Amino acid sequence: MPDSTPAAPGEPIVRVAGLSKTYASGLTALNSIDLSIERGEIFALLGPNGAGKTTLINIICGIVTPGGGRISVAGHDIVREYRAARALIGLVPQELHTDAFESVWSTVTFSRGLFGRAPDARHCEQVLRALSLWERREAKIMTLSGGMKRRVLIAKALAHEPQVLFLDEPTAGVDVELRREMWDMVRALRERGVTIILTTHYIEEAELMADRIGVIHRGELIVVEEKARLMRKLGKKQLTLQLQRPLAGVPPELGAWPLELGDAGHALIYTFDAQRSDTGIAQLLRRLQELNIDFKDLHSSESSLEEIFVNLVRTRS
Amino acid sequence: MNVHAIRAIYHFEMARTFRTLMQSIASPVLSTSLYFVVFGAAIGQRMGAVDGVSYGAFIVPGLIMLSLLTESVSNASLGIYLPKWSGTIFELLSAPVSYVEVLLGYVGAAATKSVMLGTLILVTARFFVPYHVVHPLWMVAFLLLTAVSFSMLGFIIGLWSESFEQLGIVPLMVLTPLTFLGGAFYSIAMLPGAWRQIALFNPVVYLISGFRWSFYGVADVNVLLSTAATLAFFLLCVAVVAWIFRSGYKLKS
Repeated sequence: MPDSTPAAPGEPIVRVAGLSKTYASGLTALNSIDLSIERGEIFALLGPNGAGKTTLINIICGIVTPGGGRISVAGHDIVREYRAARALIGLVPQELHTDAFESVWSTVTFSRGLFGRAPDARHCEQVLRALSLWERREAKIMTLSGGMKRRVLIAKALAHEPQVLFLDEPTAGVDVELRREMWDMVRALRERGVTIILTTHYIEEAELMADRIGVIHRGELIVVEEKARLMRKLGKKQLTLQLQRPLAGVPPELGAWPLELGDAGHALIYTFDAQRSDTGIAQLLRRLQELNIDFKDLHSSESSLEEIFVNLVRTRS
Repeated sequence: MNVHAIRAIYHFEMARTFRTLMQSIASPVLSTSLYFVVFGAAIGQRMGAVDGVSYGAFIVPGLIMLSLLTESVSNASLGIYLPKWSGTIFELLSAPVSYVEVLLGYVGAAATKSVMLGTLILVTARFFVPYHVVHPLWMVAFLLLTAVSFSMLGFIIGLWSESFEQLGIVPLMVLTPLTFLGGAFYSIAMLPGAWRQIALFNPVVYLISGFRWSFYGVADVNVLLSTAATLAFFLLCVAVVAWIFRSGYKLKS
């Protein structure tokens, strides 16, 4: 039955405490995960393949049995109060698991019933229209393309009006158009107060969509941070100067700054910490003038989430 | 109790039945009719009466049971095996349902289909052999109980199976021999001494005997024993299914 008394506002909608999972094969997929998901946020779980993203999601959704630890959804323990917890959750799995002979309409209404909601043709119609599936509602699922099947899975997950939506690798193998539509849909859902947890190994997806990012690697959650703060905290800035005349090497007079030459001596690259109040740029430029090193252009850039991610994972392994 | 979920699963399964109407209804009716033609109308003419019942009429309950058992098992096992095979089982596992709702949906639909089939065969048999039913209520009760129990068994087989081959092996290697040796075509009283005792270990003997008793009032074993054995089998299946869903055996890693 759907939960009519949601947990108090401000309380995390999903709370994971000390969650571990070792499969029968001996593989430890998750190691003591602690995670709180705030109501209404878009949370991206980022990690390489095999990091444990899908295991974490599948445990919360009830598909994989937890090892140790506790999980609650809107205050409902997922084992003891699994009915209340699961009724709030919608899951779009990574693989395109669909029925073959069912029609789009019947599979979506089936999902609504399965999750304990009374039939509501208007809601199901809305979901199908939002996903451009309405015209194909009578089509057998087997006749649909991969992208359309992905939409069907999303429609099924939304059929019972969940408060928490899990999207496991939602844009894997999806064309650009559908990816953009999906991002729009995720934002629209968030507007309505739906909490969204997505896994991805497309870093730009996390960068574009998420409010917060958790990086998972080898079953451990190595960082959970607001996206902007994560990029600020772990990001480096680079100043690149395009030189008038190429240099053979970094002049010894500039030894005080961490400099590198690039572009066959045509570019001088200065890496600095954007967080520090004194970035050292002004002194560097003054010094260059004194040394008569002229430049024709300069630009600075922030490191992308990708670089942050690669660094995080590298330092861990 | 998640009533909407029971209804959703039940409708889903019944839709599958009606989508494959030829395979699921017409073909068992046809094959059973062939038995009636061969054993009832043709050979039966030359056979003596069994327990005072003409041979053609004698085999009616046994043949209905034969179809009921095999169809209940195959339908229910396929019903739960298909989502496992296609991967759509993830939805069932993540849904706010207990094994009770899942059972009521899947087993309810499989049993409904079996009962429809049994009734259809009963009507068809009328065209080939004359028979009568002495205890109609008992007949309906046995029909329902058997359909439900063996749908449950099929459900367990479907949960256990990891390939289509395994799915087919239990009905073929276990159920068919048990039914043929369970007195579908003869009274176990016709067996020589030691075999009669061995036959009593075959659970299908109790089903067919009880069902035949509801038709003609004659039985190989006491009807109360038949009922008790069928009920015990039913309860055993419930316990196994409950354990599977609690432990996640072959369902969850």
